[in-house]
Amino acid sequence: MVITTTNPDAEEQLHSTFASRYARAPIPKFKMPEKSIPSEAAYQIINDELALDGTPKLNLASFVTTWMEPECDKLIMASINKNYVDMDEYPVTTELQNRCVNMIAHLFNAPVGATETAVGVATVGSSEAMMLAGLAFKRKWQAKRKLEGKPYDRPNIVTGANVQVCWEKFARYFEVELKEVKLSEGYYVMDPLKAVEMVDENTICVAAILGSTLTGEFENVKLLNELLTKKNKDTGWDTPIHVDAASGGFIAPFLYPDLEWDFRLPLVKSINVSGHKYGLVYPGVGWVVWRSKEDLPDELIFHINYLGSDQPTFTLNFSKGSSQIIGQYYQLIRLGFEGYKNIMENCMENARVLKQGIEKMGRFKIVSKDVGVPLVAFSLKDSSKYTVFQISENLRRYGWIVPAYTMAPDAQHIAVLRVVVREEFSRSLAERLVADLERVVRKIDTLPSTESTKDGHITAIVDETRDSDGVAKRIKKSETEIEEETVTCWRRLVEGKRTGVC
Amino acid sequence: MVLSRPASESDLSVISTSGSLFVRDSLPKHKMQENSIPKEAAYQIIHDELLLDFKPKLNLASFVTTSMEPECDKLIMESINKNYVDMDEYPVTTELHNRCVNMIAHLFNAPLGDSEDAIGVGTVGSSEAIMLAGLAFKRKWQNKRKAEGKPYDRPNIVTGANVQVCWEKFARYFEVELKEVKVREGYYVMDPVKAVEMVDENTICVAAILGSTYNGEFEDVKLLNDLLLEKNKQTGWETPIHVDAASGGFIAPFIYPELEWDFRLPMVKSINVSGHKYGLVYAGIGWVIWRSKDDLPEDLVFHIKYLGADQSTFTLNFSKGSSQIIAQYYQLVRLGQEGYRHIMENCHENAMVLKAGLERTGRFNILSKDDGVPVVAFSLKENKGGHDEFEVSEMLRRFGWIVPAYPMPPDAQHVTVLRVVIRAEFSRTLAERLVHDVSIVLHELDKLPPKVSAKGKEGAPVTAAHEENGDIDGAGHKRKSTDLETQREITTYWKNYVIAQKTIKRQKVMAS
Repeated sequence: MVITTTNPDAEEQLHSTFASRYARAPIPKFKMPEKSIPSEAAYQIINDELALDGTPKLNLASFVTTWMEPECDKLIMASINKNYVDMDEYPVTTELQNRCVNMIAHLFNAPVGATETAVGVATVGSSEAMMLAGLAFKRKWQAKRKLEGKPYDRPNIVTGANVQVCWEKFARYFEVELKEVKLSEGYYVMDPLKAVEMVDENTICVAAILGSTLTGEFENVKLLNELLTKKNKDTGWDTPIHVDAASGGFIAPFLYPDLEWDFRLPLVKSINVSGHKYGLVYPGVGWVVWRSKEDLPDELIFHINYLGSDQPTFTLNFSKGSSQIIGQYYQLIRLGFEGYKNIMENCMENARVLKQGIEKMGRFKIVSKDVGVPLVAFSLKDSSKYTVFQISENLRRYGWIVPAYTMAPDAQHIAVLRVVVREEFSRSLAERLVADLERVVRKIDTLPSTESTKDGHITAIVDETRDSDGVAKRIKKSETEIEEETVTCWRRLVEGKRTGVC
Repeated sequence: MVLSRPASESDLSVISTSGSLFVRDSLPKHKMQENSIPKEAAYQIIHDELLLDFKPKLNLASFVTTSMEPECDKLIMESINKNYVDMDEYPVTTELHNRCVNMIAHLFNAPLGDSEDAIGVGTVGSSEAIMLAGLAFKRKWQNKRKAEGKPYDRPNIVTGANVQVCWEKFARYFEVELKEVKVREGYYVMDPVKAVEMVDENTICVAAILGSTYNGEFEDVKLLNDLLLEKNKQTGWETPIHVDAASGGFIAPFIYPELEWDFRLPMVKSINVSGHKYGLVYAGIGWVIWRSKDDLPEDLVFHIKYLGADQSTFTLNFSKGSSQIIAQYYQLVRLGQEGYRHIMENCHENAMVLKAGLERTGRFNILSKDDGVPVVAFSLKENKGGHDEFEVSEMLRRFGWIVPAYPMPPDAQHVTVLRVVIRAEFSRTLAERLVHDVSIVLHELDKLPPKVSAKGKEGAPVTAAHEENGDIDGAGHKRKSTDLETQREITTYWKNYVIAQKTIKRQKVMAS
């Protein structure tokens, strides 16, 4: 680093950071400051402000890994200045990426020979991975339609309404229509029957999720495959399947090896998985693997010639750090199959402990299934006095971040709290969470009902008209209450159209 | 961390890594192994293999930052586990991101009020930034054409042939036609006059580069703006400009503040810059800024509600690390304008030292300009003595330097250059050392016979075949070729031609 001109105020060097004038000056927010400041001051100011961020470990909203071993941290820091895309200059880093692709492809039972190179790539996350997969499907479908002399301007993709927001992004940015299979109360994933019904000649693929964001459930990919195979035979459309295994991809192979969801099913042509979820790496790495070369149109690939051999690349991002890729390789070889299996089993066990603790309170209904991603999603049996949103808010005061969401259409009247059980969520943390949940519930119970329904959700409004036997009853409401309800109702309606659940 | 059963009988903690089984077993390459291995072994094995990568600091091919202050490294490590997209959980990190956007927008003279929020976003790099900008232009143009009742299925974008490969990616992935203005020998950037000629009713925007990858030159955005304004007046098409300031965006405001290339020009609607080039941050951060709300179609923006306030997002990537964003804020606040100015001035000075040193050898033509990105692009003079730039590049590697050699874009692909990027950590000492090593390399090459391209190296295409015809054999005589030799010449010529075509493709990608 080039050292700039020495600080004219020599005395400044003697002051401790907090005694110096830098702690007094307002921090720049809109324009770059004219002058430099010492590096220690810059560090301190930023560090202190960042202390107000939430604690990553207590963030139970996220699937994304927040802890890695110190040895891996060392490797990460050592490679933070390597630009991944410089394949010529960092051939070993490139090689490590290729090894990860091979390992993950084999994990998904790709029909690849023992020493054959798999077709796949590292991405920044599952969003990029899904966009690449979608792009491949779109291009393949267009080529097929052109050959048949049919119109190719109205591609669509069939998914469940429970998809993560990045499918909506893909649809909007790449001009593909999104045909969503609506959910129903009690069935919070895509129904394969309804999905296959929706498939038409313009469908570029059907996307199934292994590990729904809302409830952690695995969709029935095998059934989808069977129904779609049959429909394809009737129609001749060859509609393929993509499996969004963002969370489930690093769980199913270890805990449910007999579950057929991957390339063992012939219609599955590509799979994406997040390295930074149960791949156990810090945020910033995802993987997409294709069944074979034929499933990735060559025109989308840019060829770089390095060290005499052809290195094909197909990513949206170009320059990026190498750290997370090296982190992924570290985890794959450090843990091996048994290591991942042990960790996933632990997660499932802790999820079970949490689930039982919550059930014992008698107030909640468990919405997540036992088989799937280790998370616990639960809703209130009775939302008349208070809602899950208030519970979520109150839990924050104890330091926990437990989000509350409404389900996707047509089950948006159901709201849940969701706790994701990650690797570092130990049993003691699970028990502590249950204890704090009890405290919160007890506390809200004691509050008068009008206060607690201020942020009333649609459920509360609906339930207010029924007493405990479900019989409709008339309630007299004050004018303000009616106003508030109406405003809240419309606000939720508008939000529901746009809010993405991550 | 779960500890698995030890692989050997004796207590694993006692065996040193080198004495353990793990260095005897070959590392898995295709399938995950069944067993776990101790973390120390995993670290050592990977660390040692990575030693075979080249040293980032000596990589003179790249514009991307390879060194930051230890205080910043601390901040980076502390935030490595923060998923940037969790805005609800990490509101301060989100706030720092917004501050960076504002600061950079002001740096580019975006027409904003004093405490008005700028329109922009942090991305993973300029590739994502350019795709977002291109998408905005495409959508805006489509909406306009729909409103006019005209066809909107054939959008195109006008750029120079010297564009970085990500514009080609954008064109291919988002189905936009790429209309390239060819460069010519001696003029290696986009000619504004030719560009404006190419604009038609389907053009969604004209993309100019501030800091061409090949030789660091700034394109004349002001002239482009003036010509385009005139054409727009006549046609009524309102074709806008995007400035790809990936390299130049953090240079021009500090050392060429009078140069009008940014939002001061009315036709410029969006600008992208790489935080990880002269923004002085490690790889993985870029920025795109729009002039105003009107330039970013609302239907492309997703709204996430956090802490009661609306946070709009428009990125291709979702989950990603927060480290580089925080590091960018650190640099902006730590260095301030004077800090950046000093660093850019230093880079420029060192570039001049390198350029002077190379000129003094008497063997090179300098193809980069003095103004622009601190890059020195040079090619061998006419009388090459039977050697080419690729050989120089390869020989320099033996000294530890990575100095790439590229052919220029069409229609000047017969010109090959060596390019040295001067980054912040490239000191004067290194510049002088490089000159010294280049002299040694030239000396070594002079001793060797003229390059024989049949060896299958990345040979310079036309030149090598030309020499094989026997024009230069050391004594400058023309040799008589036997039948076999003629056959060989022809095969070699075609082989080199094919290799060169592939190399051009590859070099285009590497020229980033």
